[in-house]
Amino acid sequence: MEGATGGPARLVCRNVWKLFGPRAGAWLAANGPAPAPEAIAAAGLVAAVRGVNLEVRAGEIFVIMGLSGSGKSTLVRCLARLIEPTAGEILFEGRDLLSASEAEMTRIRRHKMGMVFQHFALLPHLSVLENVAFPLEIQGMGRAEREERARRMIALVGLAGREGAFPRQLSGGQQQRVGIARSLAAEPELWFLDEPFSALDPLIRREMQDEFLRLQRMLHKTIVFITHDFDEAIRLADRIAIMKDGAVEQSGTPEQIVLLPATPYVAEFTRAVPRAKVVRLGSVMRPPEGPAPARSLPATATVAEAAPAFLEGAEVVGVTDAAGRLVGHLDRRAVVDLMLGG
Amino acid sequence: MSDAALPAAGARPRGLAWLAAAALFALFLAWGQDLAPWAFALPRGWQVPFADWIGGFVRWLLDDASLGLFTFAEFTRFLSALLGAPYALVRAVLVEGWPAAGIPPLPWTAVVALAGLLGHRAGGWPLALLAAASFLFIALFGRWESAMLTLASIVIAVPLGIAGGLGLGILAHRRPWLARALTPVLDLMQTIPVFAYLVPVLILFGFGPVSAIVATLIYAMPPMIRITLLALARVPGEIVDLGRMVGCTRAQMTWRVMVPAAKDALMLGANQVIMLSLNMVIIASMIGAGGLGFDVLQALRRLDFGAGLEAGLAIVALAVAMDRVSQAWAGLRPEAPRAAPWPARHPYLVAALAILAAAVVAAQLWPWAQSYPQAWRLSTGDFWSRVMREINVTYFDRLEAIKTTLLVNVMLPVKRLLLGLPWAGVAALLAFAGWRLGGWRLAALAGALTVLIALTGLWEQAMTTVYLCGVSVAFAMLIGVPVGILAAGRDWLWPPVRAVIDTLQTLPSFVYLMPAVMLFRVGDFTAMLAVVAYAVVPAIRYTVLGLRGVDPRLIEAGRAMGCTRGQILRRIRLRLALPEILLGLNQTIMFALSMLVITALVGTRDLGQEVYIALTKANAGAGLVAGLCVAFIAIIADRLIQAAAARARARLGLAEEGAHGA
Ligand SMILES: Nc1ncnc2c1ncn2[C@@H]1O[C@H](COP(=O)(O)OP(=O)(O)OP(=O)(O)O)[C@@H](O)[C@H]1O
Ligand SMILES: [Mg+2]
Repeated sequence: MEGATGGPARLVCRNVWKLFGPRAGAWLAANGPAPAPEAIAAAGLVAAVRGVNLEVRAGEIFVIMGLSGSGKSTLVRCLARLIEPTAGEILFEGRDLLSASEAEMTRIRRHKMGMVFQHFALLPHLSVLENVAFPLEIQGMGRAEREERARRMIALVGLAGREGAFPRQLSGGQQQRVGIARSLAAEPELWFLDEPFSALDPLIRREMQDEFLRLQRMLHKTIVFITHDFDEAIRLADRIAIMKDGAVEQSGTPEQIVLLPATPYVAEFTRAVPRAKVVRLGSVMRPPEGPAPARSLPATATVAEAAPAFLEGAEVVGVTDAAGRLVGHLDRRAVVDLMLGG
Repeated sequence: MSDAALPAAGARPRGLAWLAAAALFALFLAWGQDLAPWAFALPRGWQVPFADWIGGFVRWLLDDASLGLFTFAEFTRFLSALLGAPYALVRAVLVEGWPAAGIPPLPWTAVVALAGLLGHRAGGWPLALLAAASFLFIALFGRWESAMLTLASIVIAVPLGIAGGLGLGILAHRRPWLARALTPVLDLMQTIPVFAYLVPVLILFGFGPVSAIVATLIYAMPPMIRITLLALARVPGEIVDLGRMVGCTRAQMTWRVMVPAAKDALMLGANQVIMLSLNMVIIASMIGAGGLGFDVLQALRRLDFGAGLEAGLAIVALAVAMDRVSQAWAGLRPEAPRAAPWPARHPYLVAALAILAAAVVAAQLWPWAQSYPQAWRLSTGDFWSRVMREINVTYFDRLEAIKTTLLVNVMLPVKRLLLGLPWAGVAALLAFAGWRLGGWRLAALAGALTVLIALTGLWEQAMTTVYLCGVSVAFAMLIGVPVGILAAGRDWLWPPVRAVIDTLQTLPSFVYLMPAVMLFRVGDFTAMLAVVAYAVVPAIRYTVLGLRGVDPRLIEAGRAMGCTRGQILRRIRLRLALPEILLGLNQTIMFALSMLVITALVGTRDLGQEVYIALTKANAGAGLVAGLCVAFIAIIADRLIQAAAARARARLGLAEEGAHGA
């Protein structure tokens, strides 16, 4: 996990609050810094985000998971400053977004941020090509250049040949591919995805998740991914933050969350998750002793991914780091224990 | 919402309060005459000379008012010139040509073919045929010049109305304070009868087509503003977020994201503007628009039914063609762009140019291709006049008997009763109703507006309006609700009924006068017939909407409990549809009032007549005051019924809207 998440912090959010209601700012200033939920409700305000601290590192997939109404969309819209947080600080590449001027925000959004929406938000009057080229057109890029780049993005998401189609002629999964291509067209560094697959059928959802992982392996964006589906979070995340009623309950790697849930609420989610799919070899290996095993696997692989090697008869498997050096051994027994225990 | 809690808690006392109020009113009616004569006939000294004030204000505007650099009169003259120049151009193209230069107008063949082409673009061959046939029909009946005059006004008014409405709507969407300021103005505009603003427009802009265009704009723009506001507010939040995330400037946000995303609703607004413009251009023939409306007007004055009916049918043809084509246009979906040479990418433009060229050449070769020849005209005027004479001779007694029976037994007693009511008592009763239905605000509004009407000195005319409107609405509901019940229960019946009422709704209100006058000559009864024909549409529509909207599970539950069909209808469906039917009643009243003013042409003695007289005398004050009185009646009825509907909804537990409204 070190390799994927060890980058410098790109997006930092410190003690961000968002209360909806009249004069929320003044009320929070008077009753701050951290009023109780009951007090907020009594004041007739809706607490959508309460004192959230996050750090998204360069090149990682940071998943924000929470049930409906837990404040995920509000938080992500605060991060892009589509709505003004009531209090707090948001630093993007070290720069305080909340003090940026409107023109500066426009520039940052145009060139550094991309967003994918739950219901795709495609413009119905534009073709696939025009939809994908839309952000570039808004920036004032010339037709030939933007269409060339849009075609490349469309090919990237596997829709080559459908450039002339209109959104209404596409299936949900195809529409979201267009949404993804569009959000990538301006080559942003920071990529927001607000429940991008929630409106899709389970089968298509799975396919889109694979597609998404494939893209990320090529592009290495810094990603904030919102979902209400814990399995999806586990599958995609480098790190997860679990939200409840506007506050972050726990944040950490999928492994940390599954193995050491911080609260009963989090434990409830993790109960049904097979451990082997989450726990990585690095966490269950022992120091390398004895003869070097015939096979070895990377430390970032999950135990489930190592299982076939043991099925083929291996008793011990070597574990290597990113550079390919042997850092530990994994015994068949440890794997069986974990799989049976999970 | 405090009101919602009321009905449950105070169901019985409320009934008692109504009873007490009614009893008090009856007592006052019986003995009040001696106690408080002022409450029955407004003392002369109490009358407020609103009309003189407004008249004085308009005179001041025209003679002295200055807007800094220029006077108000110069401003209106400038506007006139601004509208007059393009109008003159379009008129020359369609009607007169340039005789001095020897250039004829557009040949009729070209117009028919272009209409067909437009129809084809919007909806394929069926619409092409419909559009071309409508124009051919107009030529056939010898109404070509009039129709082209009408069309010229519309061609100028519609784009301006759409652009103006869209622009104001966008501004109001951006600035909530503007939306808040506009809403009451739009409400008022929608209830002031059309004649009422013909008067000031006539005074400010003079008699002529420019005035007609101004009046048309004032009439057709408010709905576009409203629809724009609604359509923009309904653009999904995600689309707005998208616009902001890709870094749109404000102009890009409006024109590249919001307006295209709201296109479907906006196109329906455009359709509205077109239909309202047609309606108004016809009516504005009274202030010099000319065209088909003028033909109807003239026929009405000469009682020349044949000519009037023909002009009316030509209006119908124009209305149907414009409505269907613009609606189909609204439903068009963008097509994939094709890589092809220019002419293949713009087939319709090429076809239009070809049609123009062919028609112009043909017109040079053969005179019949320039203007539709007299000899090919079909005049059915005489035929219709003969039919009418025949009907009137054969059925005179029967028609007369129907008319007299209804007049003597229904209309006159209602009229006598209403005219005998004390204005102060009516104001008190309406205020009481307002208080029970919606609280003290509504009470104050209803009471104050009623008193204002009385203070203008037009109480008698206002009561005549209420009587005509009331009787017409009663008949419209008596016809509309049963028809609605029949249509709602039968899936095969509703589509044809809907087609008929949709068509009825597109017809300009003027058209309704002709058949009624033909059968019953002028008078209250004729006016009532025209109003009922016009106002029955919403009564049917809302009844059907309400009944079809009833949750089928409830009906099933009723059936399971062993209710008969009649019981299900009365106990479940009608009761649950009540709020919708009340809104239908509301719309019926609004339709009736707007038509009623127009029936001044067939000799009523109500507020509409006051406006009409003011129009002929160019008396802005009197016209506006009488017009505002009609608007006040409309507003009182509207607010009371809306409150009643909200209450009914709350009582039925359908109160989502009511709960939010608090
Ligand atoms: N504009 C607003 N005004 C008032 N309350 C709001 C507003 N937007 C969101 N809320 C409230 O804030 C809370 C969090 O909403 P949010 O949309 O962020 O949830 P979410 O986690 O994205 O849920 P979902 O999975 O349904 O999208 C909810 O209680 C919601 O009702
Ligand atoms: Mg959300």
